[in-house]
Amino acid sequence: MPPTLEIKAISGHAGTVPGHGASRDYDVCKLIDVTTCIGCKACEVACLEWNGYSFTETVFDNSYQTMPETAWNYWNLIRFNEHENSDGSISLLMRKDQCMHCADPGCLRACPADGAIVQYANGIVDFHQENCIGCQYCVTGCPFDIPKFNPSTKKVFKCTFCSDRVSNGLEPACIKACPTGCLHFGSKDDMKELAEQRAAQLREQTSHKDAGVYDPAGVGGTHVIYVLHDIKNPEMYGGLPANPRVPFLVKLWKGPVKLLGGWAMFLGVVGVAIHYLRFGPKDAGHTTGPEDKDDRTKS
Amino acid sequence: MTTRALPLKEPPDDQVERYSLTERIWHWLASLSYTYCTLTGLALFSPYLYWLAAVFGGGPTIRFWHPWLGLVFLASVVWMHGSWRDDLRLTEADREWRAKIGSYVENRDQELPPQARFNAGQKLFYWAMFYAVLVLLLSGIVMWFPERVPRNLIVILPVVGILHEAAALISIGAIIIHIYMSVFAEPESLRAMVHGKVSRAWARNYHRLWYEKIQGQRRPVP
Repeated sequence: MPPTLEIKAISGHAGTVPGHGASRDYDVCKLIDVTTCIGCKACEVACLEWNGYSFTETVFDNSYQTMPETAWNYWNLIRFNEHENSDGSISLLMRKDQCMHCADPGCLRACPADGAIVQYANGIVDFHQENCIGCQYCVTGCPFDIPKFNPSTKKVFKCTFCSDRVSNGLEPACIKACPTGCLHFGSKDDMKELAEQRAAQLREQTSHKDAGVYDPAGVGGTHVIYVLHDIKNPEMYGGLPANPRVPFLVKLWKGPVKLLGGWAMFLGVVGVAIHYLRFGPKDAGHTTGPEDKDDRTKS
Repeated sequence: MTTRALPLKEPPDDQVERYSLTERIWHWLASLSYTYCTLTGLALFSPYLYWLAAVFGGGPTIRFWHPWLGLVFLASVVWMHGSWRDDLRLTEADREWRAKIGSYVENRDQELPPQARFNAGQKLFYWAMFYAVLVLLLSGIVMWFPERVPRNLIVILPVVGILHEAAALISIGAIIIHIYMSVFAEPESLRAMVHGKVSRAWARNYHRLWYEKIQGQRRPVP
């Protein structure tokens, strides 16, 4: 666990978070300007290299994309989509797909294991595999389909936002590797401002009149934000959800069901205890019914 | 040291056999596996109970063993079902018992209709556990191997999880009453499940139909 990051939330954890509010780290943020991404995949390579994963076999699917989905040992994937515009022209869209580091992380909400998922005060959501039990509830909590299960270790992995680098004052590896400057790293406020400037520039100076910033409110905002040519149609960027939110069923499961169930069990135990005090044990062996005359026993 | 009496082949005359050794072994297998599954399940049910995971060896360990012990519990329920099915069938007399459940709760058992081997409450307990274990099995298999669920169907996992917890909660409600009745309210029934025998008076008073049936099968008591 990176020692210098202040923890904000812990999965499956009873009571308060130790040390929260002790210092004031600013929110960190990645800004991905998809309009200047050239699809070089330097970020994919840098991610593997920094996190110590070897290169895996790529899967060719008539696209420039390395593989169909991110994997437990492949956290950063450029998604390519040949989108046909309304005038018949083709746009080759590229989006760097990785964990969005939601302010309201569905994975953390869903996780039952104490300390398997930690949200730092600076916005990074990190998995601690030593506490992960492999139940994969996080997978159902995530609206971006990010956590990936490793069947051999029974642990779930995803982008760490290079929390080990960030806690030591470095930018994430993907940011460092980007040759076009389409990836930016800084405080959330600064990145939001930069993103809005860029979106305004696109709207004013190019034909992308619907350019905008993707920072979805449904998950409380994210610590990875995009500048998109067309903010009204995020789905065309390799399935970026238009309105991601923590699934209602996950909230129901982790909220009211636990509360009601806990109270029901507690009241059940209290109920039988009160019954014992009020009525006591049955009068074993001595109770007699009205026709209990034929005493065939020797007792 | 005095000479020890030879083991008795028949229970003493004031006792009757209620559960055979095989029945008791299966019952306690069910009891142990259910206890393990419930305590480890509760660890994952609430962060306030996650400390139970440490008691049983930690999160990854209980995640590994919980489904296997669930299968042991399932096996014991299947055995009970096969052996006790006829005794557990709800009858017309049970309808009357249920109507008079207040008499049972308030320990006025003499007002209740005579019961066979299991009283209507025990039968209801069994059927609650039976249907709960059915739901627990079906949902549990999905939760055992979520990685086998197609990615676009993973949304069913919370539904399955809620079903698993609801069935577990129903079984816990039933087990609270079951343990309370057998350990505290009717200690004779705990003795029956440990030693296999109950007093004749108890059998006659609480399970008259069963008592009369086994009396007919055995030699008359002098």
